[in-house]
Amino acid sequence: MTDAPMPASLPHDGTDAEARPVFAEERRILGLAASTWPGILAPLAIGILALLGWEAIVRIKDIPHYVLPGPLLIAKTLVLDWETLSGSLWITLRITFAALVAAVTLGVALAILFTQSKWLEKSLFPYAVVLQVTPVVSIAPLIIIWVGDINLSLLICAWLVAFFPILSNTILGLNSADHNLVNLFQLYRASRSQTLRHLRLPAALPYFLAGLKISGGLALIGAVVAEFVAGSGGSASGLAYRILESGYQLRIPRMFAALIMISASGIAIFLITSWIAHLFLRRWHESAIRREN
Amino acid sequence: MTQTVAAVAKEARGRPLVAIRGVSKQFSNGTLAVRGVDLDLADGEFVSLLGPSGCGKSTLLRMIAGLGEPSVGAIDWPTSPYGSNGRAEPDLGFVFQDPTLMPWANALKNVMLPMTLAGVGKADAEARAADMLALVGLRGFEKSYPRELSGGMKMRVSIARGLVTKPKILLMDEPFAALDEITRHKLNDDLLALWDRNRFTAVFVTHSVFESVYLSQRIVVMAARPGRIMADLPVDAPYPRDDLFRTSAEYAHLCRVASETLKKAIAG
Repeated sequence: MTDAPMPASLPHDGTDAEARPVFAEERRILGLAASTWPGILAPLAIGILALLGWEAIVRIKDIPHYVLPGPLLIAKTLVLDWETLSGSLWITLRITFAALVAAVTLGVALAILFTQSKWLEKSLFPYAVVLQVTPVVSIAPLIIIWVGDINLSLLICAWLVAFFPILSNTILGLNSADHNLVNLFQLYRASRSQTLRHLRLPAALPYFLAGLKISGGLALIGAVVAEFVAGSGGSASGLAYRILESGYQLRIPRMFAALIMISASGIAIFLITSWIAHLFLRRWHESAIRREN
Repeated sequence: MTQTVAAVAKEARGRPLVAIRGVSKQFSNGTLAVRGVDLDLADGEFVSLLGPSGCGKSTLLRMIAGLGEPSVGAIDWPTSPYGSNGRAEPDLGFVFQDPTLMPWANALKNVMLPMTLAGVGKADAEARAADMLALVGLRGFEKSYPRELSGGMKMRVSIARGLVTKPKILLMDEPFAALDEITRHKLNDDLLALWDRNRFTAVFVTHSVFESVYLSQRIVVMAARPGRIMADLPVDAPYPRDDLFRTSAEYAHLCRVASETLKKAIAG
């Protein structure tokens, strides 16, 4: 995004216009800034080298595929078992996404509620902390027994893990509006809802988005961990169940394939949430600005 | 148009816009920030509150704005309407030491804020904000975000926001203290031009003798610990002023008088 065009003349002032901050305008290759390419190419090269080395070792040492399959075999399994695996991926992603949506909705709603009433925050926040610090693995069996419906149990587990970063970050953000701006809103007799809408929510946005980035990954971890605990609990089984199943059957290439799909999902979630954060903040927030100095 | 100080003072005796009576302010930690302040602010006058840091000038300004109640005494607005809660609803603008802009909103939206909060229609508010931005010399920067503007330009946006509702009084808390001298001089002149256009009452907090003499018709000199008024100094020179005044013997003389008064005030 480029800056607003500089007007030809500034009628009042010759001095301050020249002091405007200058932003880096970079050469672009294939739509990406030139300086971002080494950051993509270097890890890519390392990855390719590692894969080649892996494949070579597996072939030279003749390691059996139930101990360590080579990357080519894993890739082949990924293609051959795509139907089963993609079905499981879809189930895991659905739970992850639903948990994330629930975490965002409830996290933001509770954060707003807490900042409207100090008493509510004081009385309820410790319980949010309790929920956060209790390992999900340890309460997952209980939730599964109580809730009954396996999908709902998984959703609740994933939500428990994903919810806290959004809540605590949004509370922090809502309370970190510039003190003078708060005074200014008071001066203009802004109502509570006006202050919330025009000041506290926008001020909280960068904090919320940082929380979202963390929670996206956590929702996936929560979903996978809960699936592990649930085991073969349902007819619809996610990626974690495929990993367990492959372990029992010594189908190690398939285990690796499922693992790769989980990692890829995590990376995709991280990239998407980062991109959303960038879209919202690129015009105004320090974190999204590249300065030349 | 020039106006003699005597004429302004005569108006002030008639019906002050703000009447500060016996105001003291003690913070909860026990600090006595302001003690026994009596001050009248006349409609349309430009007053500076001059003093060292810690003399309570900012505290006094914030109390005038209604940010914080006096511990003792009262601040009345004899000519302002009274709200449903029985308190005066002063019509004011405030400019902080920092530009205090919303970083997520562009210059136009920042200037529109007072009108947005007052429920003014969007089209009307936009037009008035754009006019005000043009008036402070920022035509063409409506869509710029604060981070894309220089310190002086951000301060201009802040002043535009303070004046966009055409308030009766503009309260300024060391607005130019963080700017370089060239920009500060330019903004001093532009502020006087804006004053000449709308004739609002201006209260300007500063610790710069030169700035207070150049800008104001009256300098209220304050001393610290506890914050109190030591002198009320008329600046008897044609008004508003221009660059010629800055190099005149008259300006030098007035600065010396103000400086000596301030020195005496600090010495107690």
